[in-house]
Amino acid sequence: MHSVWKTSIRFTIVTTLLLGLAYPLALTAIAHVLFPYQADGSLILKDGKVIGSALLAQSFTSDQYFHPRPSAAGNGYDATNSGGSNLAQSNKKLVDRIQGDIDKLAKANGGKPVPIDLVTTSGSGLDPDITPDAAYYQAARVAAARHLSEDTINKLIAAHTTQRTLGLLGEPRVNVLELNLDLDGLTK
Amino acid sequence: MTINGWLQFAVFSIVLLALVKPLGLYLARVLEGGRTWLDPVLRPFERLIYKLSGVKADQEMNWREYAFALLGFSAVSLLLTYALERLQGAIQWLNPQHLAGVEQALAWNTAASFTTNTNWQSYTPETTMSYLTQMAGLAYHNFTSAAVGIAVAVALIRGVKRTESGTIGNFWVDATRSILYVLLPACVIFALLLIWQGVPQNLHPYTQAATLEAQTQTIAQGPVASQEAIKMLGTNGGGFFNANSAHPFENPTPLTNLLEMLAIFVIPGALTVTLGRLTGSPGHGWAVLAAMFVLFAVGFTTIYWSESQPHPLIHGAVQANTATAPGGNMEGKEVRFGITDSSLFATITTDASCGAVNAMHDSFTPLGGMVVMTNIMLGEVVFGGVGAGLYGVLIFVVVSVFIAGLMVGRTPEYLGKKIEAYDVKMAMLYVLIFPLIILALTAAFVLSPNIGLSALNNAGPHGLSEILYAFTSAVGNNGSAFAGLSANTWWYNVALGFAMLAGRFLMIVPVLALAGNLAQKKSIPPSPGTFPVNTPLFTVLLISVILIMGALTFFPALSLGPILEHLLLHAGQLF
Amino acid sequence: MATKKNLWNSEIVRQAAVDSIKKLDPRAMAKNPVMFVVEVGCVLTTALLITNAMHHGGAAQHAESFGFNLQITLWLWFTVLFANFAEAMAEGRGKAQADTLRKAKGETIAQRYAADGSLEDVTSSLLRAGDVIYVVAGHFIAGDGEVIEGVASVDESAITGESAPVIREAGGDRSAVTGGTKVLSDFIKVKITSNPGETFLDRMIALVEGATRQKTPNEIALSILLSGLTIIFLLAVVTLQPFAIYSHAPQTVFVLVSLLVCLIPTTIGGLLSAIGIAGMDRLVQYNVLAMSGRAVEAAGDVSTLLLDKTGTITLGNRQATEFYPAPDVSKERLADAAQLSSLSDETPEGRSIVVLAKEKYGLRGRDLSGIHPTFVPFTAQTRMSGVDLPGAQIRKGSVDAISRFLEEQGSSLPRKVREQVEEIARAGGTPLVVAENATALGVIYLKDIVKGGLKDRLARLRAMGIRTIMITGDNPLTAAVIAREAGVDDFLAEAKPKDKMDLIKREQAKGKLVAMTGDGTNDAPALAQADVGVAMNSGTQAAKEAGNMVDLDSNPTKLIEIVEIGKQLLMTRGALTTFSIANDVAKYFAIIPAMFAGVFPVLNALNIMHLATPQSAILSAVIFNAVIIVALIPLALKGVKYEPKPAAMLLRQNLLIYGLGGVIVPFIGIKAIDLLLVALKLA
Repeated sequence: MHSVWKTSIRFTIVTTLLLGLAYPLALTAIAHVLFPYQADGSLILKDGKVIGSALLAQSFTSDQYFHPRPSAAGNGYDATNSGGSNLAQSNKKLVDRIQGDIDKLAKANGGKPVPIDLVTTSGSGLDPDITPDAAYYQAARVAAARHLSEDTINKLIAAHTTQRTLGLLGEPRVNVLELNLDLDGLTK
Repeated sequence: MTINGWLQFAVFSIVLLALVKPLGLYLARVLEGGRTWLDPVLRPFERLIYKLSGVKADQEMNWREYAFALLGFSAVSLLLTYALERLQGAIQWLNPQHLAGVEQALAWNTAASFTTNTNWQSYTPETTMSYLTQMAGLAYHNFTSAAVGIAVAVALIRGVKRTESGTIGNFWVDATRSILYVLLPACVIFALLLIWQGVPQNLHPYTQAATLEAQTQTIAQGPVASQEAIKMLGTNGGGFFNANSAHPFENPTPLTNLLEMLAIFVIPGALTVTLGRLTGSPGHGWAVLAAMFVLFAVGFTTIYWSESQPHPLIHGAVQANTATAPGGNMEGKEVRFGITDSSLFATITTDASCGAVNAMHDSFTPLGGMVVMTNIMLGEVVFGGVGAGLYGVLIFVVVSVFIAGLMVGRTPEYLGKKIEAYDVKMAMLYVLIFPLIILALTAAFVLSPNIGLSALNNAGPHGLSEILYAFTSAVGNNGSAFAGLSANTWWYNVALGFAMLAGRFLMIVPVLALAGNLAQKKSIPPSPGTFPVNTPLFTVLLISVILIMGALTFFPALSLGPILEHLLLHAGQLF
Repeated sequence: MATKKNLWNSEIVRQAAVDSIKKLDPRAMAKNPVMFVVEVGCVLTTALLITNAMHHGGAAQHAESFGFNLQITLWLWFTVLFANFAEAMAEGRGKAQADTLRKAKGETIAQRYAADGSLEDVTSSLLRAGDVIYVVAGHFIAGDGEVIEGVASVDESAITGESAPVIREAGGDRSAVTGGTKVLSDFIKVKITSNPGETFLDRMIALVEGATRQKTPNEIALSILLSGLTIIFLLAVVTLQPFAIYSHAPQTVFVLVSLLVCLIPTTIGGLLSAIGIAGMDRLVQYNVLAMSGRAVEAAGDVSTLLLDKTGTITLGNRQATEFYPAPDVSKERLADAAQLSSLSDETPEGRSIVVLAKEKYGLRGRDLSGIHPTFVPFTAQTRMSGVDLPGAQIRKGSVDAISRFLEEQGSSLPRKVREQVEEIARAGGTPLVVAENATALGVIYLKDIVKGGLKDRLARLRAMGIRTIMITGDNPLTAAVIAREAGVDDFLAEAKPKDKMDLIKREQAKGKLVAMTGDGTNDAPALAQADVGVAMNSGTQAAKEAGNMVDLDSNPTKLIEIVEIGKQLLMTRGALTTFSIANDVAKYFAIIPAMFAGVFPVLNALNIMHLATPQSAILSAVIFNAVIIVALIPLALKGVKYEPKPAAMLLRQNLLIYGLGGVIVPFIGIKAIDLLLVALKLA
C-alpha cells in the first residue's frame, strides 16, 4: 500500500513534466518555426496595429459594413467570453428575439425572407462567417451606403465565398472581416 | 438533409473504418508489450519513466493491486491539479493574464472533472485558468485519464483471454505504454495539423485589437493546439475556450472539424479490433464495432433530421436548405459547419464520452437534444470514451450473453468463459450505478427551487432536461452540457464533482473485479453449442440490450423533458 | 410412474390455490426480491385505499377514483397470488408424484439380524445403516441396501414403473436394492446402507416436493440480474415523482406502484422457482433421480458424453454367429471346446455360443458331473474365461489374452488364426479365440448390434456441440468399426477403469464438462470425477453414492435425455427472462401517456395503442402483467420446446419468439384488455 502511494506520486511528477510542460512547450517552439502566423492567432495587421483575427467575428453595426451573425459572447463578440445563447427552441425569449430581428430585417428589405443564420447566434459568438445567402441579403444595403453598384458588391461577395473544402466538407461561407476589409479597400 | 450531408457522413465513416484496423492491431502490439517501429526512439524513454517512478515493469498485478494503483494515481494527480488551480495566482508562472487562484468548489469540480475524463467545465477558461493550469493540470489529465481508460479496457480483455491466471497486467506499464506509444506521438502530429489550419499555439498575453469600427476586442489565445489534440484523441472534451470546438481558434475549418471527429472515434473504434485480436476472435471485435456503428448511424440520422427542421413558430425566414445556406436550426451553430457537421459532431461527441461541442446542444431542437442526451444515457458505449467505451460495451456484452445465452441451453459463456453469479453481480453493479446517481441527483436538484432550479436558463420541460443533462453528462463522464444551466454554484460544483468521480471509479472497480474473476476461470473450447458472439445476430442482440436497458431506465424522465417539449412546441407553446 | 399427468389436474389446482395464499407470508416472499417488491406495493396501496375511504367517505369524485384504485389494488394482489400459484402448482405436481412414491414406501416390518445372529421383527423406520435384514419371497425390502448373500428376483415396478422383475444378487454389479421394492422369489440378506429419511425414496420425495430445493448457480446469477433490474426500475419510478412535481403533474401512489409493478420483471420473477421445480419434476418423470438441481443444470452444459459401448451404443448382447477353426482343427472340435468353455458363462455372449454350437453342430449341453470341471470365471485382469478339465485347460478370450496364455505354455498363436481375428475385427465383430492347452483351436465371431436410431441421435448431439466418446474393452480395430457404425466422434478402446478416469480428467482440463454412466464399483471414482455421473439403479451402492444422478430404469442411453432436460431448463429461464424484459416496452407506451395526459393532452401522441382512457390504460397494463403469469404457467412447467440444434440457430429462433414476440404480444394483449374493460364498463 505504501509503495502504491510512493509510485503514484513519482509517476505523477514524471508524467506531469513530460506531458504538462515538455510537450506543450516543445510544440510551441516548433509551431513558431513552421507556422508562425497561425500559431499567433491569425492576427490581421493594419498600419502595424492588430485590427482583429481572421478567424474571429467582430462587431459591425454600420450600414457600410456587412454584419456578422448576432453574438451571445459576453456583451457581443467578446473574445474572452465565447459562447452561445443556450436558449432552448421552446424558450419564448429566443423566439421573440429571432422573430423581432426577422421582422426588422424584412421590413428594411421589402419583406424579403431572411436567411436564418443572420438572425441566430452562433455557438461561439465569434463565428467569422455568414452564409453567401446572408451576404447577398445585405448587398443592397451596403451598396447604398457606399454608393456602389449592387453588382460590384455581389462580385466582391462571390470572390470572398469559400466553397466547401474539397467540394465536400463544411458549408459555403463568407468571412465577414475579410470581406469588409476589401470593401474598405474598394472605396479608398 | 442533403446529399452533401450524407456524403460527408459516408466519407467520415469510410475514413474511420479504414483507420481502426491498423490502429487496433498496433494497439494490440503496444499493450501486449510487443515491439513497434517506435521502439528505437521511445524504448529508452519508457525505461526512464519506470526508473524515475520506481515501477517494476515485469511485475504482474492481481485485480485488487491493479485497482489500488489506478485509484492511487488518480487521487494523487487529482490533488496536484487541485493544488495548481488554487495556487495559480501565487505561482504566476505561465499566467500572463495574472488570473487569480480558483475558488474551492470550482477547483474541486474541475479537478474531479479532468481526472475522470469528463471535462465538464463550470468555468469560462479564458478568464479563469492560467496557461500553466491548462497545460500541466488540465491537458495533462487529458493524457492520463485516457491512458487509465485504455489500461482498464486491456485489463478486462486480458481477463477474458487469460485462463487460470491470478493477474491482469501491470497498471503502470499499461498507462505508460498507452501514453508513450499511442497518445503522445499521435498528438504531436495532430497538433501540428491543427496549427497549420489556424489553431493558435503561443504563450502570449491576450491581444488587444482595434476593430474596423474602432472598438476594442480582447483576443484570448494561448497554447491551444497542444491541448486541442489530446482533448479529442483522449475523448476528453475540455475546451481551451468556453465555446469549445465551436470556437474558431479550436476548430477553424471544416477540415479540422473532420480531423477532430475522427480523433474522437478512432481509438475507441480501434480498441474493438484490439479486442478481436487479443482474444483471438476478430469476428467478435467486428460484431461489437458493428453494433456501435449502427447505434451511431441511427443517432446521427435522427439528430440530422431533427436539426434540419424549421422552427415551427418562426416566420419570415428562409429555414429551408438552399445551395448556399444550410437552413434548419442554426441557433448555436457555426456557419462553416452548418447542420450536417454540427449534427455529426454532436452525435460523435455524445456517443463517445468526449463532450467537446462545435454547436450548443442546449439550443438543439427538442428531439435532437433528446438524442444527444440519450447517446450518453446508453452508458457511453457507442464507441464511448477511450477505453471506457470498450469496457462499458463489454459489460453490456456480458449482460446480453447472460440473458440470451440461457436460451441456447447452456450456462452462458463469453468467449469460453462461463458467466456466473459473481460476474453478473459485477456487471449489474456497473449497470446500476449509472442511472442510480443520475436519477437520484437530478431528482434532488429538481425538487429544490433555490439550489437546483435557480440555475436554469430555460423554463418548462427544457429546464428539466438541463438538469437531467448535467448529471447524465457528469456520471457518463461526457462533459458536454445543456450549457444554459449556470452550474458554477457551490451545490452544483460539489454534487457534479462527486457524480463524475462515482461515474468513473465506482464503475471501474467492478470492471476490474470482473476482469480478475474471468482471468482465473478455465476456458471452454468453442463448439457448435457455444453462444456465438461474432454474428450479425449477436450484433442485433447487443444493440437491443443496450437500447432496452438505456431506454427503459430513462424513458419516463425523457417523456417529461424533451418529448413533452417537442410536443408542446409543435402545439405552439413556449416557456 | 412415467405417466403423463393432466396439467390442470383439479386436485392439484385446488391445493395450489390455497397454497398461493399461504405463501403471502412476507418471510417466504422475501426470498424472491422481485415479488417481494410487488407485495410491499400491494400493502402500500391497500393501506392507502383504507385510509382514503375512512377520510373521504363517499364524495362523488372520490367514488370514481376509489373504483379505479380498488381495481388496481386487487390486480396487484392477484399478481402476487398468481406468482405464488405458479410455484404452488409446480410443487403440487411434484407432491402428487411424491404421494405415489410414498404409497410404495409405507411402513413395513423387517426381519433384522440381532447381535446374536437371531432374527427379530422391527419396523422399517427403526432400521439404521449397517443393519442386516433377511427378506424372503413375497416381502418388501424395508430399506436401501446391498445384497450380501443370496440371489432373488425383485419387483421394482414401484420405483421404475417397469413390471418385469430384475435379478439381485450378492457381489458383482447387481447387488443394490431399493427400499419399497418386493422380493418375488428366493431370499436375500441385505445390508442396510441408509438411515430412515435418507433413502433414495425419501430423497426423491423431498426433491419433487421442492422441500429441499436450493437455488442452482444459474438461478442465483439470474436472481442477481433480476434484482438489479428491479432496483433500476424502482429508482426510475421513485424519481419520476419529483420530475412529475416539477412538471406540475404529480402522481398518486396507486399509479406509481402500478408502473413499478409493470416494469420490474414479475413474469420471470414469478415463474422462476416454478421452472426450477418443474425441471426436477421432468427428470423424475423420466425416472431419473438427481441429487441436486445443480446436477440438472450441469447436464445442460455437458460438452463431452462418455458412452459405454455395451448397453448404450450396442444392444449389449453380442451374438456368436460363426466358428472359424484354426488350420488342422475341425469345426466340430472348435465348437465343442467353445461350448464347454461357455457352459458356466451366464453372459448373453456366453449363452449365444452355447446356442450356436447347439444349433449348428447339434452339440447339446451335457452332464459334466462325471468329469469334474472347474470353471474359470472371467476377470478384468486375465480377460479370459474357460474351464479346467482333467488334462485339459480350455480358455476363450481376447486375442491378446489367449496369446499370453499360449506363450505361457511355450506356444504361440498361428498366423492364420491371427489373420482371421483381424478380419473379424475389421468387420466390426468381436473375435474370441479358443485354446486348449497349448493349441489354438480357432476363433468365435461375436457380432455387435448397434441400437436402432442411435446414429441420428448422436448426430443431433453433435449439432448441439456435444462430443460423444465410446468406451469399450474391445481392441482398437473392433472399436473403430463400431464407432463408425454408431457415429460417435471418438472412442477409447481396451479401456480399463483407470483409462476412463484419465480421459475424464483430460477432457476437464480442456475446460469441458463430462457426463457418463456407470454401474460397477470400479466406475465409482470416474462417476464422482465426472460433472454429471449417472449411476444405474441396478448398479452397486458405491456407484450410486458416487454419481449425482441415478437412473431408476438403468438405461444408459437416457443420458441423452438428461442432457436435453438440462438444456430445456436453462432455455426456459432465458426465454421467459427475455420475454419479461421485452414486455416493458409496451407497458411504457400504455402507462406513461396515461399518467400525464391529464395535464398534458399532447402526450397522447405516445398512446399508440389508442387506449380508451388513462384509467383503462393503466388498469389494462396491470391486468396484462398479472394475467401473463398465469398464461405462462404451462410453459414454465412443461419447458420451452426443445430441439437439438446448433446454438446459433436456437438463439435466432428463441430471440424471434421470446424477444420480438415479447415486444409485440403485450401491445395486443393490453389493447384487448382495454377493449374488454370498456365493454364491461370497468374503466
